Amino acid sequence: MAMTLAEKILARKALKKEVAPGELVTVAVDHTMTYDLFCPSVVEAFKEMGFKQVWNPNKIAIIFDHLVPAKNAKEVEHFKVSLAFARAQGITKVHQHDGICHQLLFEKGYSRPGDVILGTDSHTVTTGGVGAFATGIGYTEMASIWGTGEIWLKVPETLRFEIEGELAPGVSAKDLILKIIGDIGHAGATYKAMEFGGTLIGRLSVAQRLTIANMSVEAGAKAGLMAPDEKVLEHYRELGITDFPMLRPDPDAAYRSVSRYDASKLVPMVSCSPAVDNVMPLFEVAGEEVRKAFLGSCTNGRLEDIEMAASLVRGKKIHPKVEMIVTPASRTIYQQAIQSGAVAALVEAGAYVTVPACGLCSGINGGVVADGDTIISSNNRNFLGRMGGPTARVILASPASVAVSALAGKVVDPREYL
Amino acid sequence: MKMRGTAWKFGEDVDTDAIIPARYLNTSDPAALAAHCMEDADAQFVNKVKVGDLIVAGKNFGCGSSREHAPIAIKAAGVSCVIASSFARIFYRNAFNMGLPILECPEAAAAIQTGDDIEVSLDEGLIVNHTRQQTYRAQQVPPFMQQLLQAGGLIPYVRQQMAQEGR
Repeated sequence: MAMTLAEKILARKALKKEVAPGELVTVAVDHTMTYDLFCPSVVEAFKEMGFKQVWNPNKIAIIFDHLVPAKNAKEVEHFKVSLAFARAQGITKVHQHDGICHQLLFEKGYSRPGDVILGTDSHTVTTGGVGAFATGIGYTEMASIWGTGEIWLKVPETLRFEIEGELAPGVSAKDLILKIIGDIGHAGATYKAMEFGGTLIGRLSVAQRLTIANMSVEAGAKAGLMAPDEKVLEHYRELGITDFPMLRPDPDAAYRSVSRYDASKLVPMVSCSPAVDNVMPLFEVAGEEVRKAFLGSCTNGRLEDIEMAASLVRGKKIHPKVEMIVTPASRTIYQQAIQSGAVAALVEAGAYVTVPACGLCSGINGGVVADGDTIISSNNRNFLGRMGGPTARVILASPASVAVSALAGKVVDPREYL
Repeated sequence: MKMRGTAWKFGEDVDTDAIIPARYLNTSDPAALAAHCMEDADAQFVNKVKVGDLIVAGKNFGCGSSREHAPIAIKAAGVSCVIASSFARIFYRNAFNMGLPILECPEAAAAIQTGDDIEVSLDEGLIVNHTRQQTYRAQQVPPFMQQLLQAGGLIPYVRQQMAQEGR
């Protein structure tokens, strides 16, 4: 039977020749991820379930990112409980201040093409961009995986997105995925996998593919996948990782639907509070005043995002009314952005850089937005109250749109600044 | 499993912040969470709901964050079952893992109104509306997930499994 990429991965991990949508399968989990906020709850449930030893300490990553840097003693307790458990169980993949969990799953090679990856966060879908079946679960369920190494999954139907052509200068993968979410709605892919293909995907950097996969959950998707190629192989080769299959969907696989996009027709897009599917072309809100600009997150905090923004603000000054915050997605990206001069260009223009972590995106720390103010932001969600006050307005946009709007003090089109 | 109670109807896209607002997440005590259940959707809900009652809602119930506090709050408020046109994916899993029965049935979600007397049989996927003399057929709950519900959620289920295997 012909299968989609999601079906192929799940069949392989369920030790079956084939699986069909709707089937419940028990699969072996390749790697898990839990972060500071929920780790103590996973530990508590793990003990309550009666487990003594984790199934495999080498397949568990514990990453501190939501609470870094801690702002009170209670948050430090999260670190202490997590570290004590990791030490007792021999878990060594612990990152206390190296960056955002989803970026590290990719950067350190914990998530590989063809893997089944579970994390206690909805944006775990990010490494679908390299061809992993990666998805989010609650903390109690994570405790069960820590004990058994398995999870049951319902094989999802797959929505296929064929994107042909090339993006115009000033238009990025972020604009594409915002457009798609606007088209299918915030529940358009609920219970389903989104699979992206077509000539554009091969042209995109791996970083941009991660941006697309990352936001598939904003359409409700269980996973957002792309078949790996030479660019993906190269990343893993550099890490010394070669033991994974290069799975591809079958040409005659059965899809719930196939949608086609012409990338060359895309324009810069935005998504405005209160919902991620409230998507429109950027020109519809052009001229709206912004008080803050955020460049960061597991969606768009990677090196090329920061370098894109730096190239647009270099030698210029950010509008005096705008506070621009730059948060690299990882320590490695931060170092690279320092070496490339991107950090200097941003800081000289008037932005400031915060520690590589979730920062403003989680709304827990780092320059939250006041009621009545508008922020233009490169992250992934704009629910009311997520990034600060319950009436703060969040405009989601590409890194280029964020950078030029910070210069202008209002929403402007990056294509006019190239 | 069977349950019977009065229906409380909500709209579409009820998100996890409406079910249990983030400002109450500093506790995981079920009773404390139950006191604020559905607060931002209907501030009087916790005063009106009785043990065994059901929540009925439109599509995409439980969208938003991955917080397990949402099904915990609903279950602890005494709600015996949630019927909706559809559920957000992570909420769907979390509900079973917390031992909160849920059924997907667009037909029932559209027809049932607040105050209706509803009886549910999970094994058969059958919903009977005694007030309107109607019967709706929901997607059946797979046997494995019924076991989860019968055990009271994933934690007691895993404990049972481990005891059976003598671990």
